[in-house]
Amino acid sequence: MDVGIVSYGAYVPRFRITPTEIGRVWGQDGKAMGKGLFINGKSVPSPDEDVITISTSAARSMLRRVDVNPADIGALYVGSESHPYAVKPTGTVVAEAIEASPELCVADLEFACKAGTAGIQMVMGMVGSGMIRYGVAIGADTSQGAPGDALEYSASAGGAAFLIGREDIIARFNGTLSFTTDTPDFWRREGQPYPSHGGRFTGEPAYFKHVGEAARRMMDRMGTSPGDYNHIVLHQPNGKFPQRMASMLGFSNEQVTRGLLTPMIGNTYSGAVPLGLAAVLDVASPGERILVVAYGSGAGSDAFDITVTDAIKEFNRAAAPTIDGLMENTRELDYATYAKYRGKILMKG
Amino acid sequence: MTVARFWRDISSRYNLYGTKCAACDRIYFPVRQICPECRRSSIGKMERYKLSGKGKVYSFSVVHDAPPQMSVIRPYAVAIVEMEEGVKVTGQLVDVDLEDIDIGMSVEAVLRKIGDEGPDGVINYGFKFTPRLD
Ligand SMILES: [Zn+2]
Repeated sequence: MDVGIVSYGAYVPRFRITPTEIGRVWGQDGKAMGKGLFINGKSVPSPDEDVITISTSAARSMLRRVDVNPADIGALYVGSESHPYAVKPTGTVVAEAIEASPELCVADLEFACKAGTAGIQMVMGMVGSGMIRYGVAIGADTSQGAPGDALEYSASAGGAAFLIGREDIIARFNGTLSFTTDTPDFWRREGQPYPSHGGRFTGEPAYFKHVGEAARRMMDRMGTSPGDYNHIVLHQPNGKFPQRMASMLGFSNEQVTRGLLTPMIGNTYSGAVPLGLAAVLDVASPGERILVVAYGSGAGSDAFDITVTDAIKEFNRAAAPTIDGLMENTRELDYATYAKYRGKILMKG
Repeated sequence: MTVARFWRDISSRYNLYGTKCAACDRIYFPVRQICPECRRSSIGKMERYKLSGKGKVYSFSVVHDAPPQMSVIRPYAVAIVEMEEGVKVTGQLVDVDLEDIDIGMSVEAVLRKIGDEGPDGVINYGFKFTPRLD
């Protein structure tokens, strides 16, 4: 029986900061930085938000859209590189908050920005084998760049949750594969507050090689070409990389646009591809085909070939905020407030 | 607050579980062992009851003189929310500009960080209220 997406939910914090404002403080041409990265603003979590609260909001929105008993959820995986605890799972709080506890498998996953899609693959296997009826995979992050570092212009916060099952699926997984190598393009050592990166090394041998290989191999396996897809959702560390990658693969700008959120909210890391896919599912019609390729530094890419089913017509999208809805009622922060909210100011005691 | 004391209240703090008196149908939050109206006749009839999380601002106050842990977000609003079920629940209002808060405003519960026991302590999560668009 087909395995697919039964429901999904998304969450993006309400605060934003612009590249111009960041550049103002660090003596850089923020406007030009933003233009170079194709980022007009990035989301900033409130001081009382973290990966646990973002994951919970996304998962609750996911459950509001369907009539599924949370007790039938047999697994929940949260992929992130900013889990609030070094030791103590994010997933246990989320599972309790959506009342899926106690009879389910829970684990936190890490693989840079692709831990959320790794969770989707794990749950697909468990659902497909009949081990569980429903599983939840969440990708969420509240990423930080070091103050003044180029990453500060992009590192943002958000996440999306997917309910995977075999019944009443709104989108079917036609196939998935991963392309993985040992490539040290981006890392953070235990105990370090901010990540380090290999500068230009992050482009060609890292992002473009892995995303490109995974996409090409996925299309080879499915016997498809770019023209067979309505949308392509790619990992989006900035707005430029996915556009260039898509064009290198033979996709048009129109196929990329709907799933490209980084220009509005920045790089949500593990949340990026899940949120991009949510944005596409917000508008997708039956029969539409989507190619999804996530990327995680270190490095690897997860590809998915997805077809939207007729069930999406009856799907209650309006029961929870859409991506467009999450882009409304935002509030812009100045750098000082942003620095205070993100704990970049050293406090006494 | 100790880890154990917070942990015992998780179902109330995460999912707004209160109590319903099956004798008079009154709903209570937080959890009660005995209905103050029915008293002895409510014994054995108090049931676990989950609030919908939706309500309206009944009253609110803006806190300027915040405790140290809350200084990052000061000033902030705390509201008494009249829930759909009629019971009143106190909680912080978030994701709203203070000048936009009105009595009668529709709100709903969301999960947020309530606080922590310092950088090496446990993080406590619980409900706060955000504006509801309806
Ligand atoms: Zn009573």
